[in-house]
Amino acid sequence: MREIKEVKPEVKPFQDLAKWATKAPEGEKLISTAYGDKVTKDLKFVDNKPGVHKPDPILVADHVTRKFGGMTAVDVEHFEIERHGITALIGPNGAGKTTFFNLMTGFDTPNTGEWRFDGRDMAHMQPEKVARMGMVRTFQLTKVMSRLTVLDNMLLGAPVQPGEGMFRSLIPGLWKKQEQENVEKAEALLERFLLIKKKDDFAGSLSGGQRKLLEMARALMRDPKLVMLDEPMAGVNPALKQSLLDHIMSLREEGTTVLFVEHDINMVRHIADWVTVMAEGKIVAEGQPKSVMNDPAVIDAYLGAHANIDLGDDSVLDLKESEEH
Amino acid sequence: MDFLTIISDTLGELIAPTTAAYVLAAIGLNIHFGMTGLMNMGQAGFMLLGAYGFAVTQSMGANLFASVCAAIALAVIYALLLGIPTLKLGPDYLAMVTLAAAEIIRIIGRSTAMTKITGGSAGISPQDFTTQFEGTSPLPNGATTFLLWTYNNNIANSWWLRIVAWILVAVAALLCWRWFHSPWGRVLKGIREDENAIRSLGKNVTTYKMQALILGGIFGALGGIIFVLPRSVQPDSLGRAVTFYTWTILLLGGAATIFGPILGSCLLWVLLTFVKEVMRGAIPDTVISSNQVESLGWVIVGVALMCLVIFRPQGLLGDRKELAFDA
Repeated sequence: MREIKEVKPEVKPFQDLAKWATKAPEGEKLISTAYGDKVTKDLKFVDNKPGVHKPDPILVADHVTRKFGGMTAVDVEHFEIERHGITALIGPNGAGKTTFFNLMTGFDTPNTGEWRFDGRDMAHMQPEKVARMGMVRTFQLTKVMSRLTVLDNMLLGAPVQPGEGMFRSLIPGLWKKQEQENVEKAEALLERFLLIKKKDDFAGSLSGGQRKLLEMARALMRDPKLVMLDEPMAGVNPALKQSLLDHIMSLREEGTTVLFVEHDINMVRHIADWVTVMAEGKIVAEGQPKSVMNDPAVIDAYLGAHANIDLGDDSVLDLKESEEH
Repeated sequence: MDFLTIISDTLGELIAPTTAAYVLAAIGLNIHFGMTGLMNMGQAGFMLLGAYGFAVTQSMGANLFASVCAAIALAVIYALLLGIPTLKLGPDYLAMVTLAAAEIIRIIGRSTAMTKITGGSAGISPQDFTTQFEGTSPLPNGATTFLLWTYNNNIANSWWLRIVAWILVAVAALLCWRWFHSPWGRVLKGIREDENAIRSLGKNVTTYKMQALILGGIFGALGGIIFVLPRSVQPDSLGRAVTFYTWTILLLGGAATIFGPILGSCLLWVLLTFVKEVMRGAIPDTVISSNQVESLGWVIVGVALMCLVIFRPQGLLGDRKELAFDA
């Protein structure tokens, strides 16, 4: 077990973003692992079966179905996301993961179903209200505002600002101060996501991977309670991936719950506390990352005929664990 | 051929009230299209409503301020009526609805059933609605010559109207500059780029679009008032063509720029007048009649605009870099 350090509030804004979750570079602090340890401890006693109840869920969904004509895209009986945990949602293409994301965040309307976020009923809520409640998502096909600068993209992510009123915007005195704070926060995030040099460029000039990063950084401007990342690693180069993984883990330590869709099984094993597997719109398996991969339902649905192929080299993981003990 | 007349007539368009009226309409359209990405194909509708709101209340004896307020109120109501059913739908729906609604207003305005209020197709003549405006002028009676131009101080196409019109333009441009560089403007530009992304960030997109539609409509209505003051209220003079001229002006100057509408309007009318005057002076009547000059002027300007769109698609003041990425 790693040493647990106290997270002290400091005066400098958003200093915590400079902390690292796994290995800190020279002169920088390792973030506490308190939340991660707690989630691991709590989830240890949870059964590995679909639709299982969890000790402290932040999102609870029941009977959510969505039909497109005769096809049922999503049919989720019961689903919970553990607070402060990193939950991975995996499944083959067309399993309904993105549709489920759209339903949860109000971008699509379900045929049936209800879900509660942090104890509040979220069904039939507009997407903008969902975001204001602290549930922010990113998109699989990235949505950046091409003809705005990277910094402006970030500033749009900040919570409701006085300068965003039509009349108040005419008097800069009313919003200059908050704008300055937002700029500082945005720059701190851009630095962490290695986009700071691009801040005055148009977002349209970014590469696909950089857009993914920008979108994720933008979602964090709001300090969400639950951030839902739709394939955050698709198209991101491997060196940057490591830094991103680290960032996702440090998010957990800042109290953010993470739900992400991903196809990279290695990454899922690295960082997820809990894995939920969807196939043909249903949740077919849930469990600890290590055990869920051996679930026959998962092998059937997800891996199919390729079950025998090595999913990735685990020797690195095992080595790391033996060092820790 | 008299060069001085050609030059003074041509440059006179620079400060003409009609040019200013088009600037105001284009500023409104810039808020719609340049900032928010709303395809308003019926800016003439806002202008005509503004003109009717002002002229009808004036002819009924309301004071000047109340009349301007009435024009603005009509534009606001019209924007709400258009926006509520269509803003939640795609941009093409708004284009169709605004185009159709502007025609509806024109056709209702010129219908015989409305003759008592709007004067039908004959419209409202200047003496019914311009006297109060002319009365507010601090200038002495008579005419003044300034540089090349001689106009009456107060009556009809006057210096007083020019002063008021361009002050309005200056105020509108200043407000726009403020709005463009504020967080509010940033949200509008975000909506232009990607509505759903803005929704996912917790902004109420429909409200912002409605604000933009109303605001642009108000500038359109003010443009309408300035447009009719030097002439009469003629429903047919504020038809579809006016909407398309306004679009031309906006795209010529450069959408989403502050000075684009001003430059676009000045350039279009100066160019058009220049081409027509030169043709009238240089080509004898037996070759091309004056009616044909009128049409040919538009043809030449149209070709020039096509060249502009091909070689400088961002408009004169636009930023070419912005066109590099499409959506």
